[in-house]
Order: sequence, then structure tokens, then C-alpha cells
Amino acid sequence: MAEPQRARPKPTPETQHFWDGTKAGELRLQRCDACAHVYFPPRPFCPSCASRKVSIFKASGRGFLYSYVINHRPAAPGFTPPYAIAVVELDEGPRMMSNIIDCPQTPEALELDMKLEVAFQELDDKITLPVFRPAKG
Amino acid sequence: MRKNQVAVVGAAETTELGIIPNASQLQLHADAALNAIADAGLKLSDIDGFATAVETPQQVCHYLGIKPTWVDGTSVGGCSFMLHVRHAAAAIEAGLCQTVLITHAESGKSMIGKLPRSTPPDSLNGQFEAPYGVYGPPSMFPIPVLRFMKTWGITHEQLASVAVVQREWAAKNPRAMMKDPITVADVLNSRMIAYPFRLLQCCLVTDGGGALILTSADRARDFPRKPVYIMGTGESVETPMVSQMETFNSSRAFKTAGPLAFKEAGIAHKDVDHLMIYDAFAHLPLFGLGDLGFMPYEATGQFIADGNTRPGGKLPLNTNGGGLSYMHSGMYGMYALQESVRQMRGIAPAQVPNAKISVCHGVGGMFAASGTIVFTNER
Repeated sequence: MAEPQRARPKPTPETQHFWDGTKAGELRLQRCDACAHVYFPPRPFCPSCASRKVSIFKASGRGFLYSYVINHRPAAPGFTPPYAIAVVELDEGPRMMSNIIDCPQTPEALELDMKLEVAFQELDDKITLPVFRPAKG
Repeated sequence: MRKNQVAVVGAAETTELGIIPNASQLQLHADAALNAIADAGLKLSDIDGFATAVETPQQVCHYLGIKPTWVDGTSVGGCSFMLHVRHAAAAIEAGLCQTVLITHAESGKSMIGKLPRSTPPDSLNGQFEAPYGVYGPPSMFPIPVLRFMKTWGITHEQLASVAVVQREWAAKNPRAMMKDPITVADVLNSRMIAYPFRLLQCCLVTDGGGALILTSADRARDFPRKPVYIMGTGESVETPMVSQMETFNSSRAFKTAGPLAFKEAGIAHKDVDHLMIYDAFAHLPLFGLGDLGFMPYEATGQFIADGNTRPGGKLPLNTNGGGLSYMHSGMYGMYALQESVRQMRGIAPAQVPNAKISVCHGVGGMFAASGTIVFTNER
């Protein structure tokens, strides 16, 4: 029997650019051309001012640990507990859910406000997930 | 909406609560509905308005044999029933219907005829949350709590005391699932579920249901039970993705729904005799006390740890034992409403003496939605 697989995102027309970006090693966000609001998740209009004039840009990939849980049970398919489910606040403003790699999954190691940087985890030939690790330096 | 124009004249839970291996989810709707109809001294044919969540109105109406002229299928999670009360009150006042039945039921434990919950991989949740290992409410609902604790200086012991105090209330309630006393140490030594939350800080998983019947306050006088008036109401939604909340220091949906209900009722916090704050997890009463304006967020943890919400305390909270100790079928809002109605009728197992105003605050999803109802037994 095959190992249970981690949930795979399936892009839509509105989110394809984001998943194209992660495959290319870029974390892409959107900025409103009218009011400069930076937002996530992707959509082809500004959720702040409703303008349809928006641009896609490469984000810095830097942020900090906003909050998290360390999940023990029940574990999602494809995960070995305990594992942290984190929310990262990006330097550009938006927050996103993620996992923290290269770091013990413990309350002692996972300090709120610790600096993080993006890394990319290839799930298959279609999907590469953005995850985060403690920032160097 | 004008206050005290609509009243609850029928209220009942399913005959059994807890583990019910001999009934489907749909039958639990019917059991609760028939109990509420009997409680109100009505016939099914008297019902001309109907609301429910998750199950569709057509499913439950057809099963019961109800022919409504007004329906509401608002389904925003566990507080859907608070929103149904608000919508029903508006519909009755507008003359769209006279007598509304609201039902909830869930085979949450036995899973008989329970509708599947799924997150499609091309939904936003499926793309931007599911791949990171979220798996059910225990892995999602507590995600904001570490930030909330850091910002407001809340301790693990204070959060554990929420479960301890609610167990004290549950001990007074014969229908509560968990009645044995627990200590803060018991909570902090119970098995880890999703750090920082342990088993005793997470809701029960049970089977059950409940139903309410509402009609105009003028008609309510002719019913067998003491009418419980709808004094104020509020509702809102924020986001289905917990990661996308505006802040983890509070809930925008709570901060919208709660104050709307207080304003409509024309009451101040000191007027509240009895309070229900939907407690799927131990942090929700702290968010609720802060977001509804009872006190600064910094004070919420100590307020509960000091015993202010326990039996005999100055602000009786979650007096049925709550989702942590009474029951939690998955969408707990109906049971919070039932307890508010019992308190206003004066028949609760742990009755608050002379309670005249009850505030019932609900959450849907992971802070995704909120509904607040202010009840009174004086018109």
C-alpha cells in the first residue's frame, strides 16, 4: 500500500502564478497599483480598494514567526507528529500558514517573533510548497 | 431590530445526549424538533418558518412533514443557530412568518448519517492551509493562542483554569458528559493534542441535537412556558482561513457581533446576569470576555483563574459545563442557546438566582463567523 500523501494544492486560474513562482524558487505576492496594498492569498483584484489593476512581484521571502501549534494528534496524512503548523508574517505585511524546517519542533526552539526565511519543498513535478526556516545571521 | 418583539416559546434538546448509537443525524433533528414542539404545546402544522444548518431546510422539513413559507439555511459553523435566531426574529417582525422552528443535530461521535466535511484541493483552504498538516479543529483553532498569550500576558495555568471552572458547573448538571472534578495540574498533565492545548482544553465529541421555537412577543403570552425575549442580536463573518485573521490578539467577528447585540439590547456589561461564550477550546472564553468588552484582554485569564466565573462568582459563565464538559457535537451553538433559555426560564440545573439578562455568544469555524443573542425574561 502506498504511503498516505500530504494534501496537494490544486492551482486555479487565480493562483497559478503563485505556484509557478514557488516552482521557480520565488515567493510571489500581489500589490495593488492603485492603493499599494500588498495581499495574500492571490486574487486578480485588490481586497482593500477593489481595483482590478494589480501587479505580481517577488517577495523578499523574509518574515517572522507570528504564531503556531505543535500538532500531536490526530496527524494529517503524510505527517509524522509532533510537527509545527505555523503562521508567518512576511516583511511585506501579509501572513501565510507554513511549516518551519531545520528547527526542532519544540516550544523552546520555536520562539514567537523569531526571524524566518523562505525555503522551497518540491512535492512533485507540479507543486513546490513554500516553507520557512530560521533566518541565518 | 426593535428589542423584545420576538420570544422563544419552545426549547428542547434531544431525548439523549452523549453517545447515541441508535439514531441517524436526521432523526436527531426530528427528535429535538418533536421535543420542542411538545414543549411549546404546538403541532408540527403550526410551524410556518424553518431554519437549520449543515443539513438543508428541505431535508429536515420533508422528514418532519413541515410546509414552511420562510426558510433559512445559513450554515456558518457552530454559531449558525445564533444567526438563525437573529434572522427569524427579523422575519417574524416583518410578517414573513409567525412561528419559526430552528433545529440542530449532529451524530458527531457515532457518525451515523453525518454529512462528510471536505476541503477541495483547489479551494483556498485546500491550497494554502491543508498542505501544512492542518487536520481537524484541534490543529487549527488553537493556532492564534500563543500570540494572544504573548500579547496579553496570559499564562498556561490561566488557560487551564477555564477547563477547571467549567467542570465545576458540569458537576451540577446531570446531563453533562464529564462531571468529575479536575485541577489545573490535571489539565496541564493531560495528553498533548496540539501544543499549547492538551486534551482537557479541547471540546468533547458527542452526539445530540436541540431545537428552538420562536414567535412574536404578543403571541408568546398564550404559550405554556415563560417567554424568553430576544432583546438584542448581532452577527458577522471574517475568514474561513484561520491564518488570514486580521489579528490573533482578538476576533474581528466577535468584536462586530457582540457590540451590535449589546447596542440593540440597550444594555451595559454590568446588566449581564448570565453569560455563555462558545468554548470549543479553552481560549475562546478569553477572546469573548475581551472582544465583547467585559474587560481588557490582559485581565481575562486572571478573571477566570480567580473564580469570578465559577458557581457563586460575579459573572456566571458557561453554566451547563460548556463544550469542554457538557457536550459538543461539532456545532455547539444550539446548546449554548438552550442553556441561556433554561436560565431565563429559571429551570437550569445550575440556576443563577434571579437572572434577568443572559448573553449568548457563538463562534463558527475557526473564528470564521460569530453570532450573539441577548435574552431577557422581562419585557
